[in-house]
Amino acid sequence: MEKSELLHLQVVVELPYRWAAGRNGSLMLKALRDEKKIIGNRCPECRKVYVPPRAVCGPCFIAPDETVELPVTGTLAGYSVVNYPFIDPETGEKRPVPYTYGYIQLDGCDSYLSHFVNETDPARLSPGLRVEAVFKPDGERVGQMQDILHFKVSEEKGG
Amino acid sequence: MSQRVGIIGFGQTYHRSRRDDVNGVELINEAVRAALEDAELTIDDIDAVVIGNMDHFEAVNYVDTWSVDGSGAWMKPLIKLTTGGTTGSTLGIAGYHHAASELFDVVLVIGWEKNSESDTTGAIITCSDPIFDRFSFSGALPGLAVEASTYMKRYGITEEDAALVAVRDREHGANNPYAQLRKPVTVEEVMQSPMLSWPVKLLDICPRSDGAAAVIFAGEQKAKKLSPRPAWVLSTSVRHSHSYFSDINYEEIHTMQEAVKELYKNVGIKEPLKELDVVELYQPYSFAGLKWIEAMGLCKPGESPRLLRDKVTHMDGELPFNPSGGVICTNCIGATGLLRIGEAALQVMGRAPGRQVPDVNLALSTGFGGAYWTDLMLLGSRPW
Repeated sequence: MEKSELLHLQVVVELPYRWAAGRNGSLMLKALRDEKKIIGNRCPECRKVYVPPRAVCGPCFIAPDETVELPVTGTLAGYSVVNYPFIDPETGEKRPVPYTYGYIQLDGCDSYLSHFVNETDPARLSPGLRVEAVFKPDGERVGQMQDILHFKVSEEKGG
Repeated sequence: MSQRVGIIGFGQTYHRSRRDDVNGVELINEAVRAALEDAELTIDDIDAVVIGNMDHFEAVNYVDTWSVDGSGAWMKPLIKLTTGGTTGSTLGIAGYHHAASELFDVVLVIGWEKNSESDTTGAIITCSDPIFDRFSFSGALPGLAVEASTYMKRYGITEEDAALVAVRDREHGANNPYAQLRKPVTVEEVMQSPMLSWPVKLLDICPRSDGAAAVIFAGEQKAKKLSPRPAWVLSTSVRHSHSYFSDINYEEIHTMQEAVKELYKNVGIKEPLKELDVVELYQPYSFAGLKWIEAMGLCKPGESPRLLRDKVTHMDGELPFNPSGGVICTNCIGATGLLRIGEAALQVMGRAPGRQVPDVNLALSTGFGGAYWTDLMLLGSRPW
């Protein structure tokens, strides 16, 4: 059979989901929305501070029991400047590029936070750069991670 | 209750970016028929079937049932497994466990994917946590590029160093009639290819493929009876870590470090570079062919570019990597880890035309996926 005779079915699926954030996740998302604060929690065994806060520390397999308010400043641990187009499963639309996908280690936190960074020139980015969270204005925050608009590169010099 | 296990057959499809001439069930059947033919068996000889893929690529979420006609699992014990990128290596390890348990003697293991059927990146994003990771996550490529950014900074690794890895695998892939990408490339071509996600360029990264692989495992007595030279499973190791992508330590690939430690100890390997004969590394992008071989203990951290420049890991080198061309030449994701196992088995059995490494005793295959997970399977020409 000729290639041109081979058929396929093309379908766009709209499939709504409703994901529970849970107690710990809700604590963090509410703090983002209402107070522009970032909340994590600490494992009593290994003393690691996690963000997002969670019900269990995987390596120790016990519940972090201490809520920790983290600063909105941190260090860029790793990053990539995304240049290629793809369909965002959240919206069904192409996600705008370029954008910088960064792993931010908030001061005093042991895990990272993945988020956007407002600099897309690789020459101006480097692991160790100081960054700071920029929040959406009051009234526009709804209790989701995107209540932080992005992290901006700070003026202060990083290590 | 356990028995030694050998691989006695391997079959794969010709991998392409799009196979519109077959649906998923038919693609699976191609690999199954090839494996049965390779082992000189019929479907009646198979006691149990293990199948898997990353089901969000095709959005057919009951693959085990849907594919029974093609897989040959009709009225047989059948299980579906899926663990993201490690699916193929998980399948192989599960097939080994099935046969080793003595509950099943001859086990057919199938991995497959039709990546052409959806937006690969969009589908991969659905692997991440929906609330905390997904909004910024952009699939496998930037997740890997973040690792590259930290590795380059820490050891002064360059994009040209990484390009050497892609050039090696594309050179090897030209020898493999089943590979999707069979045209060699140069360092200059890699460097000039479009920057997809800094510092990763088009020719640094794996393609997305339609394809399937099938491997037949058999218990010791059956393997000896059915195959003149089985590839014996000597050891496996599995290390999976975090749930959130943002928990990963991008400085080290701890899962690989821990997995090789266990595997080398199990079989008494002290100098892997000297003792291993060939490696099929699940290497989704070029930088992994540097950093991860350091984690495997082949050289000190930051020194791997020298191994590439000296062609230590090329076909004629001391420890050839990816004679098949590896993941950079072919990546039908649910089959990718199983292709590593199958290709490693061919090397041990001495049946890899065009890409055979001479006198292989020990062949290591790896799997990679999820939040930087590692699976390993070591195959050998002697059962013990």
